[in-house]
Amino acid sequence: MSENAKKPTKKKVELLPQFVNYRHVWVCIESERGEVHPVSWELLGEGRKLANALGVELCGVVICGPGERGKAICGEAFQYGADKCYLLQDDVLTDYRNEPYTKALTDLVNTYQPEILMLGASTLGRDLAGSVATTLGTGLVADCTELVIDTDTRNLASTRPTFGGSLLCTIMTQRHRPQMATVRPRVMAMPEAEAGRNGEIIEVAFSMIETSIITKVLEFIADDTRDKPNLPFADIIVAGGRGMKNQENFRHVWDLARVLGAEVGASRPVVQAGWAELDRQVGQSGKTVRPKLYIAAGISGAIQHRVGMDGADVIIAINIDANAPIFDFAHYGIVGNANTVLPALTEAFRSHLAQMKQTG
Amino acid sequence: MTEKFDVIVVGAGMAGNAAAYTLAKGGLKVLQIERGETPGSKNVQGAILYADALSKIIPDFRNDAPLERHLIEQRVWVTDENSFVGTHYRSEDFNKEPYNRYTIIRVHFDQWFNKKAREAGVLTICETTVTELLIEDGKVVGVRTDRQGGEVRADAVILADGANSRLAVKAGFQKEIKPENVALAVKEIHFLPQEVIEARFNIGEDEGVAIELAGSISAGMMGTGFLYTNKESITLGVGCMVSDFKENKITPYDLLDKMKAHPSIAPLIAGSEMKEYAAHLIPEGGYNAIPKVFGEGWMIAGDAGQFVNGIHREGSNLAMTTGMLAAQTLVELKAAGKPFTASNLAEYKRKLDDSFVMKDLKKYRRMPDIFHKNKQFFTTYPDLISKAVQSIIRVDGMDKKTKEKEIRKSFVASRSIFGLIGDAFKFWRAVE
Amino acid sequence: MHSVVCIKQVPDSAQIRVHPVTNTIMRQGVPAIINPYDLFALEEALRLKDQLGGTVTVITMGPPMAEAALRKCLSFGADDAILISDRAFAGSDTLATSYALSAAIRKIMEDMQVDLIFTGKQTIDGDTAQVGPGIAKRLDYQLLTYVSKVVEVNPQKKEILVERRAEGGVQLLKTSTPCLITMLEGTNEMRFGDLDDLFRAARHELKVWNREQAGIDEAEMVGLKGSPTVVSKVFAPKPRSKRAEMIEVHDGNPKDLAITLLAKVFTQHPKLEQEIAKRAL
Ligand SMILES: Cc1cc2nc3c(=O)[nH]c(=O)nc-3n(C[C@H](O)[C@H](O)[C@H](O)COP(=O)(O)OP(=O)(O)OC[C@H]3O[C@@H](n4cnc5c(N)ncnc54)[C@H](O)[C@@H]3O)c2cc1C
Ligand SMILES: Cc1cc2nc3c(=O)[nH]c(=O)nc-3n(C[C@H](O)[C@H](O)[C@H](O)COP(=O)(O)OP(=O)(O)OC[C@H]3O[C@@H](n4cnc5c(N)ncnc54)[C@H](O)[C@@H]3O)c2cc1C
Ligand SMILES: Nc1ncnc2c1ncn2[C@@H]1O[C@H](COP(=O)(O)O)[C@@H](O)[C@H]1O
Repeated sequence: MSENAKKPTKKKVELLPQFVNYRHVWVCIESERGEVHPVSWELLGEGRKLANALGVELCGVVICGPGERGKAICGEAFQYGADKCYLLQDDVLTDYRNEPYTKALTDLVNTYQPEILMLGASTLGRDLAGSVATTLGTGLVADCTELVIDTDTRNLASTRPTFGGSLLCTIMTQRHRPQMATVRPRVMAMPEAEAGRNGEIIEVAFSMIETSIITKVLEFIADDTRDKPNLPFADIIVAGGRGMKNQENFRHVWDLARVLGAEVGASRPVVQAGWAELDRQVGQSGKTVRPKLYIAAGISGAIQHRVGMDGADVIIAINIDANAPIFDFAHYGIVGNANTVLPALTEAFRSHLAQMKQTG
Repeated sequence: MTEKFDVIVVGAGMAGNAAAYTLAKGGLKVLQIERGETPGSKNVQGAILYADALSKIIPDFRNDAPLERHLIEQRVWVTDENSFVGTHYRSEDFNKEPYNRYTIIRVHFDQWFNKKAREAGVLTICETTVTELLIEDGKVVGVRTDRQGGEVRADAVILADGANSRLAVKAGFQKEIKPENVALAVKEIHFLPQEVIEARFNIGEDEGVAIELAGSISAGMMGTGFLYTNKESITLGVGCMVSDFKENKITPYDLLDKMKAHPSIAPLIAGSEMKEYAAHLIPEGGYNAIPKVFGEGWMIAGDAGQFVNGIHREGSNLAMTTGMLAAQTLVELKAAGKPFTASNLAEYKRKLDDSFVMKDLKKYRRMPDIFHKNKQFFTTYPDLISKAVQSIIRVDGMDKKTKEKEIRKSFVASRSIFGLIGDAFKFWRAVE
Repeated sequence: MHSVVCIKQVPDSAQIRVHPVTNTIMRQGVPAIINPYDLFALEEALRLKDQLGGTVTVITMGPPMAEAALRKCLSFGADDAILISDRAFAGSDTLATSYALSAAIRKIMEDMQVDLIFTGKQTIDGDTAQVGPGIAKRLDYQLLTYVSKVVEVNPQKKEILVERRAEGGVQLLKTSTPCLITMLEGTNEMRFGDLDDLFRAARHELKVWNREQAGIDEAEMVGLKGSPTVVSKVFAPKPRSKRAEMIEVHDGNPKDLAITLLAKVFTQHPKLEQEIAKRAL
């Protein structure tokens, strides 16, 4: 994104002639060791809308090793909205490595010529997207929060936060194809899988030999996920901010979370102070979450926090300051001391749940 | 560090930059050491810049110095709990170039000033704290810093390390500063769009307003408040004597919060976003508190030497002038081939005595004492004045003559007629 | 061993404000800092230099004021610093930026071979994480992103072993130099240079290269012309149209507040009530 180009540019810019035949919307379906990253399904949901707006097909790209369940993944992709899937399976593609994956995706683009190519803004997606865009010499917009088709030009208008989320900007790739974008996990809604929906699999051969690839994966050490919080996929989150005042008080957040069976989230100052682990940070430089219920206690609602959580279905905010920005976008607000309101809330939920249990 | 310098200047504030610049222009080899991340990064000032002192050092500073607004209006407000009485003085004369006073933001200004010094040849290093002076045979021969390999030698050291100079105390040049001789000021910068500021204060582009506040703002303590307009922000703050804060158990921050909520101030900053909070000491002891400011191989300039005129809220100009004079002394001695001994550096004191710095400070030397001993200047009077004005303005059926009588009565009731006359006399004698 | 570290001077985004009327950025008073991620990159390069000897060059593309950031890097221990600065670069997106930087690095290679290039994981203003990969592709260097640790470098064999953060785990990768590494945060802590470093940094003659000096012959490759992406609009996030529904009780006592809130939320969102019950029971 360039900072200096802030003036609106509305005049129509012609596509370079070599790109006029580029068609269809592609989503790179990210799988590692047979596991599909959910962001890929979220992207298919979004891609479906774009493809419909353009009246074109939505295609998935599945790149993986021969031992992995490539066809099954394609099948799932159809259920999430893909019309077609390109499937590349080869030994050199078993573990993610930049060089072969870049070649695989670049070749595919050059052959089949999509107009839009989307990837998840995961470590894999960002690594691959940057390399592919440079190799193709096309534009790439990272971490988009909104994607729409500009009806006048059929261009993709990608909106993304900039300057740490203080601003949003809309960016277009006017003369080049494909128009590339990455989207962070949980920014887009998860589409409903449609059982029985089917599509066409196009298997593409990939020819790169291991000896020509310089980087080798010696080992993969999987994360110990047993006690790791998984905030992005939590349905209920109780989060605390600096307003909790100290680590001791932060247990009120845990108490409520326990009663609700919820995950605990935190704002950045809380993580920096060491009251909660980094994995619990919600926001711009933490996790994007989309729970059904988000309870924010002692959180001011700074934009960097907000961008990570305002997709929640219901937001309840507790803050001592009636003018705190969080009340501008929460659904329910209580002005009060979180250190007394949270315990009361815990008690209220506890007795309400007990009552429900009794009445069945 | 084997490299040796003619002079080491400690601090890159107003005094330090003025000294370093003047020294380098005079051909001396200068090392300047600043503890902040950048020059000015932690420095605090209201901040009003008086053009005169700077123009003696850099005559064409207006060409590129980062100046916010030139002041065209001065307000003095005396507040009680929910009102204020005040004067506004605005003059087109203040809109004639060259302007006389500007608001500045110290971070930007100090960086600019320091850049000028570096361009003149000064070697400035930041993020380095001078921990003590190197003294051999009673003579200052350099400094020790907190960096590895951090001793540097020089023929002279100028201490321009600001209020509460730890270095001077450690070296035994100066006693610990007394709580009744130093004010603690807190200030905030509040962000507002330029047009909003210009509309609220009824000023044009580049024009600025300064408001000085006395009365309830200081909660009965010896102190004052201020509010200045910058280009896209407003600086406001309040300061009181450290001894008073201690005695009254009020925190500076509470005081500032109260000031922001005052009905005369709140609308001026409404809708703004607080950007920066800072607290800083201001030496207020005046003339009588000035320590010895030179010795064998050392000189003190700026706040470190207590050169502040508290009554007129002048400090930066005294800092620049003292820094310049200290430097000029060294430049002259060097040119004459004379060593930087105490007897030669005495010339610095002569220069100070000759300048407005000492003359002004001497004129107001009784002020601090009078204010300390007569708290009514901060407690009873503001209240009475405000009530008096209100009584005159309010139309309530009472005839004007009776009103005047009531007012006179209220003053005398709070303080005997002799007390009133005595206060006026004290005031007059102090500034005469 | 010669490492080139790409750093960028960025506005401290915590202090950026948006003009409520014009929606433009108000930069006044916003301090410029070195992109925090780039410091991890620099420190890693300096560590390798401590171990193996060699040279560290820092480079940035930016306005003249970026000089301060380079000097700071020198004071940490970098040996040389290059600022590439030209009006022609204004408006460069990540593709154009990586083009310019890779051209300048090629220029550096005319004097001295470059074994490793380090960048930060991403910047805090652009936030794209694309410039690093872009440079690697253009120079045809092996690309190692999200590196959490350089485990070992063997200059004789031209081999390097790194740990890379991947989805769901850590990859131990072996590759050969030259290569480009983008460093993850929190991997190391920036050192505090000694007095000699500070003196050297303050006195160092920075190289400032304009477009031609940076080896970029075609002006169309950088700046707005060289940028396929075009910013069509910049705006402040829209406030949600509705403010929160405030829960109030006559004396503000927490218990009643909690009960009133629950009643309201569950009446308006019956599904949520079931959801909570299902999980908690
Ligand atoms: C590049 C960048 C990235 C960032 N990324 C993130 C990120 O990912 N996530 C994130 O959270 N932040 C992030 N931040 C920081 C962000 O700007 C804010 O500083 C942060 O979100 C504020 O956290 P907070 O609300 O807990 O604290 P504060 O802003 O200090 O707010 C505390 C709140 O608690 C209230 N309060 C005080 N006492 C009580 C009480 N007793 N009861 C109830 N309420 C009380 C106060 O009124 C206040 O509203 C980022 C900043 C930058 C510059
Ligand atoms: C709230 C407030 C409002 C004010 N308003 C005004 C005003 O409107 N107009 C006006 O003229 N004056 C004003 N003043 C006074 C003015 O700010 C000072 O008089 C002036 O800044 C003094 O300059 P100085 O160079 O002596 O000290 P400083 O500007 O404080 O500079 C001292 C420097 O030395 C550095 N330093 C200190 N110790 C060490 C060390 N050991 N090693 C290395 N570096 C060190 C510091 O980091 C600092 O940069 C105000 C002061 C305050 C606090
Ligand atoms: N203008 C620039 N000059 C030098 N390095 C840069 C520049 N922009 C980005 N980088 C490097 O590329 C990394 C990723 O930046 P970005 O793609 O903007 O997130 C940064 O951490 C820097 O190391």
